[in-house]
Amino acid sequence: MEMLLEALTSLLTFESILTVLVGVSAGLFIGAMPGLTATMALAMLLPFTFSMEALQGLIALGAVYMGSIYGGAFTAILINTPGTPSSIATTFDGYPMARQGRAYEALAAATIASVVGGIVGVIFLLILAPPLARLAVAFGPSEMFWVAMLGLTLVASLSSDSLLKGLLGGCIGILLSTIGVSPVGGESRFTFGYPPLQGGIELIVALIGLFVIPELLTMAAEGRGALPGGGELRKKEVSIAKIAKHIFSKPANLIRSCLIGQVIAIIPGAGGNVTSLVAYNEARRFSKDPKSFGKGNIDGVVASESSNNVMVAGSMVPLLTLGIPGAPPDAIILGVLLMHGLRPGLDLFTQSGLLTNGFILSMGLAALLLLPVGLLGGRVIHRVVIRTPYYFLVPSIAMVTILGTFALRNSMLDVGIMLILGTAGYFLRLIGIQAAPIVLGLILGGIAEEGYVQTLMAAVVDPIPWLRLVSNPLSMVLAGMVLLGAATALVPMWLARKGLLDKVEEEDSDSGGSS
Amino acid sequence: MTFTYKTLAMSVTAVAAMGLAGLAQAEYPEEDITYIIPFDPGGESDVTARFQEPILEEELGVSVNVTHRPGGGGAVAWSEFQNSAEPDGYEIIGVNIPHIIGQPIQRNDAGYETDNWRIVTFFHSTPNALIVSDDSPYDTLEDLVEDAKENPEAITLGGSGTYSANHLDMLRFEKEAGIDLTYIPFSGTGPLKGALEGGHVAGIFNYTMLGTEMADSVKVLAVAAEERVKALPDAPTFKEQGYDIVGGAYRGVAVPKDTPDEVVETLEEAFAEANRQITEKQEPLGFVMEYITGDEVDEVMAMLREAYGPILEDAE
Repeated sequence: MEMLLEALTSLLTFESILTVLVGVSAGLFIGAMPGLTATMALAMLLPFTFSMEALQGLIALGAVYMGSIYGGAFTAILINTPGTPSSIATTFDGYPMARQGRAYEALAAATIASVVGGIVGVIFLLILAPPLARLAVAFGPSEMFWVAMLGLTLVASLSSDSLLKGLLGGCIGILLSTIGVSPVGGESRFTFGYPPLQGGIELIVALIGLFVIPELLTMAAEGRGALPGGGELRKKEVSIAKIAKHIFSKPANLIRSCLIGQVIAIIPGAGGNVTSLVAYNEARRFSKDPKSFGKGNIDGVVASESSNNVMVAGSMVPLLTLGIPGAPPDAIILGVLLMHGLRPGLDLFTQSGLLTNGFILSMGLAALLLLPVGLLGGRVIHRVVIRTPYYFLVPSIAMVTILGTFALRNSMLDVGIMLILGTAGYFLRLIGIQAAPIVLGLILGGIAEEGYVQTLMAAVVDPIPWLRLVSNPLSMVLAGMVLLGAATALVPMWLARKGLLDKVEEEDSDSGGSS
Repeated sequence: MTFTYKTLAMSVTAVAAMGLAGLAQAEYPEEDITYIIPFDPGGESDVTARFQEPILEEELGVSVNVTHRPGGGGAVAWSEFQNSAEPDGYEIIGVNIPHIIGQPIQRNDAGYETDNWRIVTFFHSTPNALIVSDDSPYDTLEDLVEDAKENPEAITLGGSGTYSANHLDMLRFEKEAGIDLTYIPFSGTGPLKGALEGGHVAGIFNYTMLGTEMADSVKVLAVAAEERVKALPDAPTFKEQGYDIVGGAYRGVAVPKDTPDEVVETLEEAFAEANRQITEKQEPLGFVMEYITGDEVDEVMAMLREAYGPILEDAE
């Protein structure tokens, strides 16, 4: 406690607060650009932190991280393209809201949810780091396989209009994930003799291609901007107090999303990319009115944005206690810790506790500062997107997208892949295959493969090797959740088709919800 | 008359050419140098490059820009470098053993060749280490070997990658000890720590760095180095325990094949100086500082190729 207070005083200096403020603003801007991600923001900042003291450097990184994950919500809501992978689910309801002229309401909801999520994550990290770390390492190969399977059951619910098209999208994604060097075994696959393809299809490249390019093509084809013009917006603008009241009067959604965010954030490898999708899915499952999701339900935005900002501090749990990066940007923070001679582990909380606690608290401060910075920035960016005519907006977004894709790995091939996937994505969208299942397949395909192969390799002496997949309690629980998740999505659909059910009632099961 | 003119002219030209050449060499480097890291930011290669960067800049007097070109376990950057880098010393690239030995054998289309460049220096190595968690039933290497003899293939050892330094030395250990273990490849050191802490593998065959990083919760049964590693004074070597296994990953830097010797020497010196200045930061992390240059590079390459080559070719 004493250490916490000491850390707090070291944080409440002009220099530190300024660092956080600048970091959050810069992160927000980078996250809001389609094609520039949180990982890239941190990598760009990295060289500057070397000239800083360890604490200042970490504070800057934490603030940028927090800001950029939140910034992803802006593009998700305003132009239907997630700025970072963690805000995919924000597009589902955020963009329909914006099209109905409720963009500012969606932005404000995203901001409030992000602030709450960010602070909840920090509290978890401060209080529960050691037990959460034990939970994190419980996820071994077989558990990871089931986590990926559980994620894939989301495909069923992400494709509410046609299950077949959703599954097709998921399969395309899994196929794309097999290009490049295999996760176990190391041989190169589907490179067609072209060495640069050994690098595979980077998630972000696919994300940018599949989400941004089809949206740009649609805008250009229809000759419209991202949002309807400004006139009708003013009328429907809701006060922030009202939005806050709406969110906090029904805290179940917020609490559930934060818990989901925290649990998923500590699973190494799955990380932040899927938290928002899972939280969104559960928000819909538990909602009294699941049909309104995807058509502009504010709860969808809240679920997605609160869970992904929990992840920022949440993924630091395995990082700071064990040195295991929970999400891609964490690898960079690990690098900084090592550069300053700080070894992840319990020492970090005792011997260098001042530094560690200062860092954690600074992320809390960053979350708080999201409120003013985000609300102000939100207005500005909102105005820019609405006022810019589509013939300026489309090429400028395309430009940033191409630059961002290139900068990711300094690769022209990635730009080519992005454009090819984008064009394919446009036509797939026209026939009803959405980008989200494809990206989900791409994220989870590799995780599932690695987990499955590792489990079976370890089971070489077992008489029935595949039983290893369900040999420990956690993997059994996860397997059960996969079955339940699939059942709750499929059974009502099947019943409805058979005409046995007049009205599809959302199943009220509490087992699938706690993931 | 004409004869002397000609000679004079020729000798003047020759002197001028030599002088100019000398001048040009003396002036390397006069432009910024790009230092390509074929892995993601935040990894060991990156962290080391960041340590080296300011010292290299001071030694060479130009800026050194670290850029990343990750993909395919390094192969994407390496194939690109061998195909397009100019032999002028303004583009240098990080290289790792055994990656650059293993990948071209293992893959048909790695896109580069093990010897198709000039390795300036290997500046450090990370020896392999056999690590088990604190509550493991094995207290010594002998415990593990005995158990493996009774239960072939039942002991699972995690490591980083397939036919990596970890995997190859584990295979050598199996051969030397006459036992059968089961190797489980993981994608990097991060997941390995989790696998060990969570008890998903019986032990891990990874680098000494992990042993120092996890010092509070693990036992290091053996280190694959000639002598004990400074950061792990209590961990015995394989050699001490009767197994002739010395190996691990070496990190270094390479330039295109036809780069002039003077350029290579300038770089050698700068990297050696960088090494001297960062020893204090890197040794406690479990790195072993190396100053391998010139012919020694070939010796190290030949030694490791001899050790790993047959295993790799068997596997193919």
